[in-house]
Amino acid sequence: MIDGPILELRGLKTHFPIHAGFLRRRQVGAIRAVDGVSFALQPGEVLGLVGESGCGKSTVARSIMQLVPPTAGEIFLEGRSLGAATPAERHVMRRQLQMVFQDPYASLNPRLTVFATLAEPLLAHRLCPPEYVHGLVDDLMTRVGLAPRLAQKYPHEFSGGQRQRIAIARALALQPKVVVADEPVSALDVSIQAQIINLLIELRRTIGLSMLFIAHDLSVVKHISDRVAVMYLGRIMEVGSAEEVIERPVHPYTRALISAIPIPDPDRERARQRIVLSGDPPSPANPPPGCPFQTRCPYVQDRCKKAVPPLAPFAGREVACVRAGEI
Amino acid sequence: MPLLEVADLRTYFHTRSGIYRAVDGVSFSIESGETLGIVGESGSGKSVTGYSLMGLVPSPPGRIESGRAIFDGIDLLKCSPAQARSIRGRRIAMIFQDPMTSLNPYLRIGDQLIEPLLIHQKIGRRDALRRAEAMLEAVGIGETARRLRQHPHEFSGGMRQRVMIAMALITEPELLIADEPTTALDVTVQAQILELIRRMQRERRMAVMFITHDLAVVSGLCDRVQVMYAGRIFETGATPEVFYRPRHPYTRGLQRSIPALQAKGDRLYTIPGLPPDVSKPMPGCPFAPRCESAVDRCRSTPIRLLPLDTGGPARAQACLRVQEGEL
Repeated sequence: MIDGPILELRGLKTHFPIHAGFLRRRQVGAIRAVDGVSFALQPGEVLGLVGESGCGKSTVARSIMQLVPPTAGEIFLEGRSLGAATPAERHVMRRQLQMVFQDPYASLNPRLTVFATLAEPLLAHRLCPPEYVHGLVDDLMTRVGLAPRLAQKYPHEFSGGQRQRIAIARALALQPKVVVADEPVSALDVSIQAQIINLLIELRRTIGLSMLFIAHDLSVVKHISDRVAVMYLGRIMEVGSAEEVIERPVHPYTRALISAIPIPDPDRERARQRIVLSGDPPSPANPPPGCPFQTRCPYVQDRCKKAVPPLAPFAGREVACVRAGEI
Repeated sequence: MPLLEVADLRTYFHTRSGIYRAVDGVSFSIESGETLGIVGESGSGKSVTGYSLMGLVPSPPGRIESGRAIFDGIDLLKCSPAQARSIRGRRIAMIFQDPMTSLNPYLRIGDQLIEPLLIHQKIGRRDALRRAEAMLEAVGIGETARRLRQHPHEFSGGMRQRVMIAMALITEPELLIADEPTTALDVTVQAQILELIRRMQRERRMAVMFITHDLAVVSGLCDRVQVMYAGRIFETGATPEVFYRPRHPYTRGLQRSIPALQAKGDRLYTIPGLPPDVSKPMPGCPFAPRCESAVDRCRSTPIRLLPLDTGGPARAQACLRVQEGEL
């Protein structure tokens, strides 16, 4: 066991180029999907990453997973940079990072049985001799609450919740150090959602899973995460303990986001003050200079438009707002 | 007299793999100016209920087997096509979940907005466009003259849903059927759209039938709630009654499985098992296989939605054991 974070992002930027022209293709701009994100995930910790669609939270996940090349910044796994690693080293490091996707209908190969799906990573990484694979697959299935006798079935024979269990088992097959879960429950019905959340909490307790949990449903994030990071337009606006950030948000964006979430309690819901933001987020191809939230912020001042506010410690968390102390 | 009275609606889908009883004996009514929430998980028949009223059930395989839906003295399910056309789209309008697919990508927003007016009212194109401009403004879209000439791809998701609402409301309907209108949207946009529906309803005394899986949205918006499962209504009543004093075991289970209402990190209650296969005949309660309180009687006795003594008018539930005073 080493000290320090298991996963760390330093100034991660992932931009997607915009091209124009047909014969002379040239880059005319870039979508700044992720624009300077830093955070650290401690061993055994669950960090929730929340934000609206287009804020870059999924691109953060895909950058960590090396599915898209980062434009700048570095990603460290147990203190070692993924960017500086040799291809052979990266192959091993990549094994330590696994992902669970949102849609269990799209993320499983319909032509592979559960057994084949779960055996593939074990065999591909030559982690165990073929004769042990059966036992390991049985173990994995039991761990995620699926009966091993279902191993020869195909994904279409399972319900959405069961498929998500298979996807989680696949992610766990290689005993990863970090699991990145991108909206793992948002495609599921309420009663099934609870089963998968329980499974993730359980796995965390039993095998000490470290997880980056990406979701837009803040009540789910609060339930499962130790800390929460709120993203807007490719940057982190506020990060801190889940209770602090969700119960007592500081950043004007976090406040608006949390006040927009309906709560399933008629009296409280009807009594509360809602901050309704006007308009849509600006395009990440053309973010405003200065604070990314300035175009919709009710507290905006001239100085917000000058420089991008850095994440700075405030009231037991970090906030990227120059007016954090005033509002 | 209620604005709409639905009695014993049954909509079945006749497929090669059997008869799917999507809606199986549903009765309810809506008063003008009232908001009725219809809550259920996927496959509960809540959307098909809306489709049946709008004549949108694909036939074959779908067929409305029985029932009445009386709107202003006219039975929507049995009236002549001409009569139906004079009501649907004009006096009853519907908005759908996915604003990305329910607008025609080839047509300008203006042309789509005025289509219901040109069909249903004696009005010239120029006047219709003027009404469309006013309507866009009412739903919070600026620069209306330019916007009317744009195509759907030039609008964001929230804006498209606003256009859908504008299109539904332009004929000033008395009843709006909203089928998960905010499910595909971010929470901040959802808050805008819900506020818009609330305002439109106040201004026009319109009745709203709000179909959703999200109990939290219902809690702030709806006067009454109706919980559906396997094509039946399980429980109905004034929103605070159903939220604070749920009687049916399914409603209780559903409420206990929402993370927002539970202490952080606790194991969530999960309803065991899977939603029922509505192609199998179910002589008793369709929830019995998953219900912790089920006894043998529940599996054989047909369920009936019966009024409760407490909780005001329109308070009813369908659990046999609650009706017999055992739960």
